[in-house]
Amino acid sequence: MTNHWIDFKNSDCILIMGSNAAENHPICWKWVTRAQEAGGTVIHVDPRYTRTSSKSDLYVPLRSGSDIGVLGGMIKYIVDNDLIQKEYVLHYTNASFIVSKDFSFSDGLFSGFDEAGRKYDKKSWDFEMDENGVPKRDMTLQDPRCVYQILKKHYDRYDIKKVSAISGSPEDKLLAFYKAYTATGKPDKSGTILYAMGWTQHTVGVQNIRAMSIIQLLLGNMGVAGGGVNALRGESNVQGSTDQALLFHIIPGYLATPRANWPTLEEYLKANTPVSKDPKSVNWWQNRPKYVASLLKSFYKEADLPTAYNWMPKLDAGQNASWLVLFDKMLKGQFKGFFAWGMNPAASGADSNKTREALSKLDWMVNVNIFDNETGSFWKGPGMDPKKIKTEVFFLPCCVSVEKEGSISNSGRWMQWRYAGPKPMGDTKPDGDIIYELALKIRELYKKDKGAFPDPILGLNVDDWGDGHVFDPHKVAKLINGYFLKDTTIKGADGKETVYKAGSQLPSFVMLQADGSTCSGNWIYAGSYTDKGNMAARRDKTQTPEQEKVGLFPNWTWSWPVNRRVIYNRAGVDLQGKPWAPNKPVLAWDAANKKWLIDVVDGGGDAGAKHPFIMQKHGMGAIYGPGLNDGPLPEYYEPLECPVTEHPFSKTLNNPTALIFADEAHKRTTCDPRFPFVCTTYRVTEHWQTGVLTRWLPWLTEAQPQMFCEMSEELAELKGIKNGEKVILENPRGQLWAIAIVTKRFKPFEVMGNPVHVVGIPWHYGWVWPKDGGDAANLLTPAVGDPNTGIPETKAFMVNVKKA
Amino acid sequence: MKLGRREFVKLTAAATAVTAFGGLGFDLAPTKAHAQLMSLRKGKETTSVCCYCSVGCGLIVTTDEKTGRAINIEGDPDHPISEGALCAKGAATFQLAENPQRITKPRYRAAGSDKWEEKSWDWMLNEIAKRVKKVRDASFTEKNAKGEIVNRTEGLASVGSAAMDNEECWIYQAFLRSLGLTYIEHQARI
Repeated sequence: MTNHWIDFKNSDCILIMGSNAAENHPICWKWVTRAQEAGGTVIHVDPRYTRTSSKSDLYVPLRSGSDIGVLGGMIKYIVDNDLIQKEYVLHYTNASFIVSKDFSFSDGLFSGFDEAGRKYDKKSWDFEMDENGVPKRDMTLQDPRCVYQILKKHYDRYDIKKVSAISGSPEDKLLAFYKAYTATGKPDKSGTILYAMGWTQHTVGVQNIRAMSIIQLLLGNMGVAGGGVNALRGESNVQGSTDQALLFHIIPGYLATPRANWPTLEEYLKANTPVSKDPKSVNWWQNRPKYVASLLKSFYKEADLPTAYNWMPKLDAGQNASWLVLFDKMLKGQFKGFFAWGMNPAASGADSNKTREALSKLDWMVNVNIFDNETGSFWKGPGMDPKKIKTEVFFLPCCVSVEKEGSISNSGRWMQWRYAGPKPMGDTKPDGDIIYELALKIRELYKKDKGAFPDPILGLNVDDWGDGHVFDPHKVAKLINGYFLKDTTIKGADGKETVYKAGSQLPSFVMLQADGSTCSGNWIYAGSYTDKGNMAARRDKTQTPEQEKVGLFPNWTWSWPVNRRVIYNRAGVDLQGKPWAPNKPVLAWDAANKKWLIDVVDGGGDAGAKHPFIMQKHGMGAIYGPGLNDGPLPEYYEPLECPVTEHPFSKTLNNPTALIFADEAHKRTTCDPRFPFVCTTYRVTEHWQTGVLTRWLPWLTEAQPQMFCEMSEELAELKGIKNGEKVILENPRGQLWAIAIVTKRFKPFEVMGNPVHVVGIPWHYGWVWPKDGGDAANLLTPAVGDPNTGIPETKAFMVNVKKA
Repeated sequence: MKLGRREFVKLTAAATAVTAFGGLGFDLAPTKAHAQLMSLRKGKETTSVCCYCSVGCGLIVTTDEKTGRAINIEGDPDHPISEGALCAKGAATFQLAENPQRITKPRYRAAGSDKWEEKSWDWMLNEIAKRVKKVRDASFTEKNAKGEIVNRTEGLASVGSAAMDNEECWIYQAFLRSLGLTYIEHQARI
């Protein structure tokens, strides 16, 4: 999230699209309600009428997977009716930038497409530079090659009739939606978007979010109270686990994973440190060398930087090692050993039958969890013969969250400290202890017997992890924050010199050094555990009256980065530092005292001195985004499995760069009469994820005991299915039983003149428990993914539904 | 007897139930007796944050000082986001902690076996460590097909976990990367 949960109350218009916030993040609804009570409008756009819809002022149905059509239609509505926040768009976004002469777009494809490789050469998407190496701009926004005109032309095709025809959303509802939301383009109004997996789990996932980001920039909604782009994340610490980089493509703090084509630290930094010639661009990533050096020292404290970099494992250039690829490689026998740590991939990964078969190709697996689950026990699952499965399984029981101490980061980037209450039950242990003990044992083996390249294992800075036996979350939190490795003198902005002693905690990431004299396990967390103490444990609700007005709570726990509560807040004020919305400012420039008030400013310097989007090389909000794998502007594509053979915007039916596995074409279906219904997946309030931490709780299982399939009354009649009957859902990947819920919450969509039925299933169940609970929704979902993230398309795929 | 707010609510609820269902022919006396007993247990309160979705609602966990087990888990009224409220899942956290179906001992399934066997932590971690070393030593790759330095372990992969604390996530990724793993993924990708 750019903003935070309490900030929802400040919004004039809350759009919930790709999320069912009222049911899946129920307590946040408190803040949505407060916005409504203050006169704000709430809009829900979703294939299904949910409790979120029932609490909203406007509900707009759309067929799952057609979001870019609907959002593209809104961009056209904004441009056609000139509803942009002009000053904001001119000074804070790249709308005025001139794009290369070589850029073109034709029939659903951008320039540079390589059909055989299913990828783009992005060279032609670049900006044109002036003689100083700064992007050329046209402040009149009239140049046909400026971003604004390219945007206008691109979305000119997205007229409301076509949008309605493909999405199945009624025209009048679309118009009401566009009108209500675009009213937030007024400088003193703000609109926010709350989205979740309903946007990410598509082969156009990133572009769904990009489309909304464009709208937020056009309307001046970034950096303001009640605005922003807000992902409602699904796990209590999935923000933190992403920050700490439990992902193939990054190392902690959103730094690129080293690759073979950057053999030395010098080459890595050259390729990953952007340079801006614009003096007003903060270009924050120019600091990357400091963050990388400090990270390397946190791993390998005693090693010099070139050695530490050499010890980091490297991907091949361009290699994708994301989830779907990992399980494809596992199926093909690449891995002998596997850790499924606090995860249940046999139910959570797309195409569960593929995932479960892949587990049988391993020599051994370690499964760490609280309860038995479909992964640890896969060898005795449906269709498995234990005798034939050679995979050894080590199940390690971990304790529950209330039995251990440490921090988690919520969706609003608040790092919150938790304390241990009960002691770990039985012989269970905190995950930290298990990791620490295992790391020490492996280290002992390498000390004793040597083996392949032992240096990184023996050089690992485990001294900061515990006391030699027991894991210490405080020690690690201090390492993540970072500390000085030698006495260091730093000159402040005011010219004053401060001496920091070796071993003292870093007060913030501003003090990080590129020469190896500081260590920090994650630069964005620098400032969270300083010599003043553990900031994440703070419980002080003191606020200034201005902070109280917008619910900032700057002294309650700690928010990354640097306790900033609303990121890009510099875009929330004009060039003089005056808030766009004087009634609810997040930031304001005190000209007399030359300082920023309310929140911690993004960037630094006086009002108007710096461009506001400091993480962008050119300092501007990216209406045009030349870095993504599937184009600089979102374009409409159908899900890879869809109920139509064409759509109204181009002849390119699907995302041509989507992640697919060539040998699985036979498992995918489009417009196949055998599998005529669109299926989507979701959660219920009473369960969570694959259900491992909820299915075993009687209070919850009593409320939601088993797998169900929601369908419209029209479809039920068509198939002769009655409410409460058992049905079978199936497609070439698998089969699943469910109890039919025949409901008015789903209605057939009229798509390109034909009726399209959408059915929905929750994804919390699995064969292990409860005994008559059903199995995983992912038995039906396809292993195809977004070309940028690799997130699978589990929100729109084709099935058949029949009476059991 | 000094009653806390929570105990008072429980006693009141029990008393109301007796009145409301008094004529229904079943005995609510044991409920009332249990409610009175609850107030006599001595508990220590700690704060926590809900482990389910990412709103980050505050919890107050009361732990029995004698048994070391949770007596009660409820919303933290001081927490500025949740203001004491919890959803169905958060309010069920007590059953997550105090659940007889939790697995409390390490267990092992041998190749081709149809059952789990309980084992000691020491045995488990030693056996895992040996296997990690064996696969790593056999699959460690210094240079890729192009002859570029990669220093990675091809034969091991990991998924997980957003269910861990920040500090645990951090050491886990450092541990995996020191072993040379590049196939490191978790919930954020699905």
